[in-house]
Amino acid sequence: MAVRTRLVSTELTCLTCGVALTDMTQILPEAMPADDWAGGSVADYFSLMKPRVMTLVILTALVGIVAAPGHIHPLIGAIALLAIAVGAGASGALNMWFDADIDARMARTAARAIPRGKISAEEAFTFGMVLSVFSVLTLGLLVNYFAGAFLAFTIAFYVVIYTMWLKRRTQQNIVIGGAAGAFPPMVGWAAVTGGVSLESILLFLIIFVWTPPHFWALALYRMRDYGRVGVPMMPNVSGPQTTKRQILIYSVILAPLGVAPYFIGLGGLTYLATSAFGGVVFVWYAWKLFQIREDGREADAAARRLFGFSILYLFALFLVLLAEHTMRIAMGG
Amino acid sequence: MESAVEPDQGDKPSAAWLRQRRMRSIAIALILVALTGMFYAATIIRIGANVLNRGM
Repeated sequence: MAVRTRLVSTELTCLTCGVALTDMTQILPEAMPADDWAGGSVADYFSLMKPRVMTLVILTALVGIVAAPGHIHPLIGAIALLAIAVGAGASGALNMWFDADIDARMARTAARAIPRGKISAEEAFTFGMVLSVFSVLTLGLLVNYFAGAFLAFTIAFYVVIYTMWLKRRTQQNIVIGGAAGAFPPMVGWAAVTGGVSLESILLFLIIFVWTPPHFWALALYRMRDYGRVGVPMMPNVSGPQTTKRQILIYSVILAPLGVAPYFIGLGGLTYLATSAFGGVVFVWYAWKLFQIREDGREADAAARRLFGFSILYLFALFLVLLAEHTMRIAMGG
Repeated sequence: MESAVEPDQGDKPSAAWLRQRRMRSIAIALILVALTGMFYAATIIRIGANVLNRGM
C-alpha cells in the first residue's frame, strides 16, 4: 500500500484551519492509504506562487510600465506584466521548496501546500524552475533582453541571496533581501525603456526602505514563531526595543522618500497629498509602537496596526501613481 | 523528510487521484494554448508592417 508521510511539527496551531497540531494529526495521519490521496490540485500549485505577494508585484510592475517614458504596445505591455508576475510566482515556489522544513513549524506557514503534504518539495522545485525559465525567456524574447536579464537577476536574488543565504544567517536578512521585492517596478520600467533611470530607482527605493518596517512589525508579533525555527529576525536577535527603534528610523526615512516622486515629476498633486499624509501616519504609528516599552498585547496590537497600515500605504502610493499615469496616457500625454 | 508520493507501481490509482491529474493536465493544456497564441500575437505585433518589407 502506498503511503504518504506528513512533515512532523509540534506545539503549533494552524492559523488557517484553526486547529492545534494534535488535531491536525487526526486530519493528516502519518500513513494514509493511497486511495485517500489525490495529489496537488491546480489551486495548490497556484498557491505555491504566493498570490498575495504577486498582487503587489503586479501593481508595482504595472506602475513601472505605465509611468515609463516611451511607447509600448498594450499587448506587449500585458505580456511583460504577466512574465514579471509569473517570475515572482516562480520565486515564491522556489522559496517554499527551500523553506519547507521551517514552514512546517511556523503557524503562519504550516498550512502551505508542501507542509500539508499536497505537493512534494521536489515538485515545487520543478514547478518553480520551469516557471522561472519560461518567464525570463518570454520577457527576453517578446519584450527586450535587458528586462529578461533583470527578471532573471531578481529571481536569483530572491532565491539564492535572500532565501538560501541571508534568511537563516543574519538579522539583516529582509533589509538586503527586500531588494528582490523592490525590483519589479524597475523591471516594468526596463520593459518599456530597455534601461534604468532615476525615476525607476526611486520607485525601487520606496519599496526597499518600506520593507524593513513592514516585516519587522510582523516579526514583532510573530517572534516566537521565528525563534522556534531559528530564523534570526531582528526582534529575536536584538530585542523588541531595538527593532522598534529601527522601525522608527526606517519610517522617518521612508516618509520623505515616498513624497519624492512628486518633486521629480513622477507623481502629481494627488500623489503628493496621498504620500505626505500616508508618510505622516506611518511615522505616527511607528512612534506609537516605539513608545510601548513593555511586551504584551498592547505592543502586539500596535505592531499589527503598523503592519496593516504599511500594506495600505504602499498600495495607496502605487495605486495613485497608476491612476495619474493612466489618465495622462488616456489624455494623450 | 519524506514527501507525498504517487501510488506505487501496480496500485490502481484512486478516482480522486485520476481526477486531480486530469485537472492538472487540462490546466497545462490551456496554458500551452494561451502561450502559443501569445507568442503568435506578439510576433505579429513586433514584426508589424515590416512583414511586407522584404528585399527583392
